[in-house]
Amino acid sequence: MGIISRGFGGRRRESVPGLPPGQYLTHDFPVLSAGPTPRIPLDRWHFTITTETGEQTSWTWGEFTALPFEDVTVDIHCVTKWSKLGTTWRGVSMDTLLEDIDTTADYTMVHSFGGYTTNVPMDDLLDGKAWIAYKFDGEDLDPEHGGPARMLIPHLYFWKSAKWVNGLQLINEDEPGFWEAAGYHMYGDPWLEQRYQGD
Amino acid sequence: MARAAVSGRLTWRLATVTGSRWETPSVRTLVLDVPDWPGHLPGQHIDLRLTAPDGYRAQRSYSIASAWAGTGPIELTVQRLDDGEVSPYLTDTVEVGDQLELRGPVGGWFVWRETEPAPVLLVAGGSGVVPLMAMIRARGAVRGRQPFRLIYSVRTPADVCYAEELRRRVRDDAGLDVHLLYTRKAPEDSPATPKRIDVATLNTHGWPPDFGASCFVCGPTGFVEAAADILVALGHEPRRIRTERFGGTS
Repeated sequence: MGIISRGFGGRRRESVPGLPPGQYLTHDFPVLSAGPTPRIPLDRWHFTITTETGEQTSWTWGEFTALPFEDVTVDIHCVTKWSKLGTTWRGVSMDTLLEDIDTTADYTMVHSFGGYTTNVPMDDLLDGKAWIAYKFDGEDLDPEHGGPARMLIPHLYFWKSAKWVNGLQLINEDEPGFWEAAGYHMYGDPWLEQRYQGD
Repeated sequence: MARAAVSGRLTWRLATVTGSRWETPSVRTLVLDVPDWPGHLPGQHIDLRLTAPDGYRAQRSYSIASAWAGTGPIELTVQRLDDGEVSPYLTDTVEVGDQLELRGPVGGWFVWRETEPAPVLLVAGGSGVVPLMAMIRARGAVRGRQPFRLIYSVRTPADVCYAEELRRRVRDDAGLDVHLLYTRKAPEDSPATPKRIDVATLNTHGWPPDFGASCFVCGPTGFVEAAADILVALGHEPRRIRTERFGGTS
């Protein structure tokens, strides 16, 4: 289906390469969260990977920030239609965090302080595609944007890049997380415009 | 009210504008006839898509302002953003009889369900009132007995959306309170001084935290951050505070 919107088109935004379908460019950094912003003291921060057999590996803030980090420049795409290009982050690669974990799980559930969850296939966390980021644009990550540390999975819609991350559960079967259970897509590829269930 | 869980594919539908009204000089409500609309819950939104003659498209999300009673049109209330691409089109160009493509309803979290018995606190900044108005209307439509309070922050008295309807609903319904907060200019005859949302306002005009109220906060990011932080500080359980934030652009 398609119709021409009478009189539309005079004020279009700049057209830029690198924008997935249905997205527009923003230079701001909008915030999208389901609830209040949690403030997590660094001495209470931890990140825990739990395997499908229940084995747990945990990092304190000191241990986590002592891990090798990467500086990455990536484009991010929010399901609410904004995209931001060339954002710079510092974080620990998920390859590093998962390196010594004994697992055959195909799926994961990302957990956050505050109870937020989102599901991501294991393959999408490996091979340089995902990080736990703790600096944005050279500065410590603001709580509004997910600080102290958030997931960064730029090839999926940004709700998959969970804020205030505190754990990763490795699971054999895919399950919906928080937004997915509320009607959003299980995978969320912006280039295929997988915004909602059934897209 | 129709069950309106999102399920199956959300297809684009061709809606027809059957009416419109100005809520304020920069905010317009569009009344849309949407064939086979599956119904929605108050707080949900739609995605709207515009197409230029050369095929260029723009998509945006808009909250639904109306409650769904099983039939009839749906209403969107749109704030004109002067540097916007889509909102000025909807406020200034669209006429009755025009057609618009939309799909939805979207969003299963920032919604009020009439089966929830808890009291409700609605906190609106500017056009963040739109999905909250849908909740007030839905409660009115089913004669809900859950007490509702709306704290609504606007710049000036001229910026109040749904002013007449809110006055009427408060007059006719003992279970609904509305408190207006002015950030730039209070009404001439009011003792209130302009101020931003603060602890005193949410403490005085909200619910005590031990009432276990459901809180819905919607508005610009700075407003939502401030209001949600205060609610947490006052002792409201973070999990009972649902937020919807606007970005800086639209």
